[in-house]
Amino acid sequence: MGQFQIADYQMDVLKEIGNIGAGHAATALSKLLDKPVDMKVPSARLVPFDQITESLGGEEQVVIAVFLRVTGEVPGNMFFIFTLESSRKLLNRLIGMDIGAEGFTELEMSALSEIGNILAGSYLTSLSDFIHLNLQPTVPSLAIDMAGAILSYGMLQYGPMGDQALLIDTTFMEGNDEVEGYFFLIPDPESIERIFHALGVPPL
Amino acid sequence: MITEDIPIIKVGMADMNAIQAPGVLKTSGLGSCIGLSLYDPVNKIGGLAHIMLPSSDIARDQSYHLAKFADTAIPALIEQMERLGARKSCLQAKMAGGAQMFVLASSEMMRIGPRNIERCKEMLSEYTIPLIAEDTGGNYGRTVELNCSNGVFVIRSVQNGVKQI
Repeated sequence: MGQFQIADYQMDVLKEIGNIGAGHAATALSKLLDKPVDMKVPSARLVPFDQITESLGGEEQVVIAVFLRVTGEVPGNMFFIFTLESSRKLLNRLIGMDIGAEGFTELEMSALSEIGNILAGSYLTSLSDFIHLNLQPTVPSLAIDMAGAILSYGMLQYGPMGDQALLIDTTFMEGNDEVEGYFFLIPDPESIERIFHALGVPPL
Repeated sequence: MITEDIPIIKVGMADMNAIQAPGVLKTSGLGSCIGLSLYDPVNKIGGLAHIMLPSSDIARDQSYHLAKFADTAIPALIEQMERLGARKSCLQAKMAGGAQMFVLASSEMMRIGPRNIERCKEMLSEYTIPLIAEDTGGNYGRTVELNCSNGVFVIRSVQNGVKQI
């Protein structure tokens, strides 16, 4: 057994999942901000462990991440990621907090965590409705750290399988690209078959 | 400082490398993973592995990288260093990483950091290699560099800045 494989027609289904989930989350963010939020076309692909942080600017790039472990019938890991600059702007717009350049207070981190919770909640709810399977997010956990350290956590389940993980990611932005954020959904390996089965996608 | 002239060799996730001085081995963005270095101060040969999981027992893909698991990484790294001329009896270990990035009570997979640390220590004592310094645990990410000229192990983190062990 080598690395597992996913056919193109199956990847299209996973992309659609990213599209639906992120679409709902973007709508939720748009309501929170009372401003339009755009999103890029989602991608679904098998990414080598080393390259998973590429879209964020590399392993050592410092980011803010809200992490939720998804439990239920389709377990997985969900990350909602912002650059430091974007999160300052987001807080400023949402709650009028004026954030200094140095660090975040506990209240600010709590607010970011709650934003992540709301967005991830709407992502997962729409996903759950679409595939008719039960999904429950855990309490969100927030980290400000190197992208590599954060995302490697989401790939551990793939460690026994090979050297790549299934990543469904979407970028969204508000205004003139002033606030940019990323959704990373990394379903556990066993969840992939369950998603295909639930949607009637034929196996490889 | 003359550090700019020294080649820096990157070690990716679940990978390893060994070189003779001069040179720096570097691995970035360690969360629950371990950056384990072995150093032979006599022959000035250093090795660094970016270990992801404690045990190869769970491997379902038999063509895995040896550096991925603590139990296979350590013997493989010793062997690679011996091929460069290092002596096993001279080797000293330093390691960093094994953090618990997120607080979650549930899944055993999420406690992987502490388990990685334990397993690395078990393997080192099995091969009778002394662990002379470590910077492990906590809840933050690290980037590490091993200077193969002197065995200095530099640890960088967002929260705690730069540290040498």
